[in-house]
Amino acid sequence: MELANNFTANNRTLLMQDHSVRRKVKDRVFLGAVIFFALITISFVFLIIGSCVLKGYHQINWAFFTQSAPDTFTAMMAKSSGQVIPGGIVNGITGSLYLVGLASLIAIPFGVLIGIYLYENSKKRYAGVIRDITDVLQGVPSIVVGLIVYLWVVVNVTHGYSVLAGSVALSLMMLPLIIRSTEESMKMIPDTLKEAAIALGTPYYKVIFRVLIPTSFSGLMTGILLAVSRILGETAPLMLTTLGNPAINWNVVKPVSAVPLLVWQFYNDPNMVDLIWSSTLFLMGFVLILNLLAKWIAARRNA
Amino acid sequence: MNSDKILKNVLFTASLLILLISGGMILALVRGSMLSFHQFGWDFITSSKWDPTQGREQYGALLFICGTLFTSILALVIALPMAFSTSLFVAEYFNNTRMASIVSTLVDLLAGIPSIIYGLWGFYILRPFIVSIGLSPQGYGIFTSGLILAIMIIPYATSLSSATIKMVPNELKEAAYSLGATRLEVIWNVILPNARSGIAASYILAFGRALGETLAVTMLIGNANIIPTGLFSTGNSMASVIANQFGEANGLQLSSLIEIGLLLFVITTLINAVGKFIIKKMA
Repeated sequence: MELANNFTANNRTLLMQDHSVRRKVKDRVFLGAVIFFALITISFVFLIIGSCVLKGYHQINWAFFTQSAPDTFTAMMAKSSGQVIPGGIVNGITGSLYLVGLASLIAIPFGVLIGIYLYENSKKRYAGVIRDITDVLQGVPSIVVGLIVYLWVVVNVTHGYSVLAGSVALSLMMLPLIIRSTEESMKMIPDTLKEAAIALGTPYYKVIFRVLIPTSFSGLMTGILLAVSRILGETAPLMLTTLGNPAINWNVVKPVSAVPLLVWQFYNDPNMVDLIWSSTLFLMGFVLILNLLAKWIAARRNA
Repeated sequence: MNSDKILKNVLFTASLLILLISGGMILALVRGSMLSFHQFGWDFITSSKWDPTQGREQYGALLFICGTLFTSILALVIALPMAFSTSLFVAEYFNNTRMASIVSTLVDLLAGIPSIIYGLWGFYILRPFIVSIGLSPQGYGIFTSGLILAIMIIPYATSLSSATIKMVPNELKEAAYSLGATRLEVIWNVILPNARSGIAASYILAFGRALGETLAVTMLIGNANIIPTGLFSTGNSMASVIANQFGEANGLQLSSLIEIGLLLFVITTLINAVGKFIIKKMA
């Protein structure tokens, strides 16, 4: 009887040992899987950036930043004689700056004002509705934004593709981002700071310009830079609103080109393949640098 | 009127802009799709005939809806293990280490890369690779676009999941450890039950992103107007057909494209609303 009892007890410890080994192994295997998948995820960053650099760097030269995009025929001739395609993307660069600049002029003031409104009235039901709608606007697919602005501006206002239409589309994509980042960064300001200013009898607009905006400046900057870096690469809404232009254009009611539009145009033209990668490299470099800059400002604030 | 009152009115007026924009968006889309709606009615959603030939024009959106849903669901399935692992890596296993901040910066960079660059990379690098390992003769189709979409939405799913995983109270985890639980058991029995609604919301929002992606899909899906029959079948998506046919469309075709845009708007808004609702309930 005792023997039998002993036997079961031994057996049980054996079983338990076996079980705990299995648990440990499972734990290790899972950690391995987590690291493996995380590595795969970040490897895509290197794969994508790496292939853009490798394929694009040899086309980057002085002309790339000073000349407009070549026509198909010139590109074909250069390609068939084995030369670097002449010309560059200066019409795209100026166009992108124009579009993004105008979009920022529209979106930043309104975005900051609405953000401040939400911050000041955060408990009100109406503000909650505005916040929810802002979230919805942020989720609207970029191509649908393009369609809407086509119907608003291209059809009714400029009667043709235009800089104005493109900037309105881009500003619609910026607006929600700026509103939310303004509200979030104002929320981080200690109430005491605001109260101190109000106690001194400062009118509220001065509190905003002298206290709220300066204190949350780095947060606002981060939001603005992230928003700009996001719209710089937008292509789909521009296809429906500004179309593209082979030359530099500064007229606000005429079509304009943009770097992502040129990439799309080169992609559709078999003679321009070499230019795709250099334009892509340029676009990506620009966007990622803005992104990192925004991160850096945010990190410095939190430190 | 004193300056405070003026300021209050200015801020309030600015907030009206949001109502104006959203109202104007819906109005423009609805008005623009009227022509098509009068012609086809609800059949527009259930028919998959898309024929722009003059004289016998016939438009239905079903095949595009299927293409959009199939690619996005596939993207979600592929992104799930990647995003889940990455968020555990950043927020649990290597939380607050240098390693975690490097990985999360890299993942954020992934979110910063423009859609058209994903498309190009998919077209020139991924597609030939898929052809070379013999998965599909041309490399176009649901699988390739789903894969690219997955890479694009991983950062969105990861960032919100990591935030919620980080919010799980340390006391709960420590209690489990003190009972002898392994890391995996803590993740499975403590972190997941506590963070599940945030994780679910992050995948729903990432799915919403995938639905509206345009150019990357346009370059890879094959743009064949058929309902996709399998993983490697070609197809077309709602956003792609708008991008491809908008340039030469007018009249009824344009109106049908706008109606597809309206449908896309409604679908993404619903998906996003569900995601935000879950986050709100969590807070």
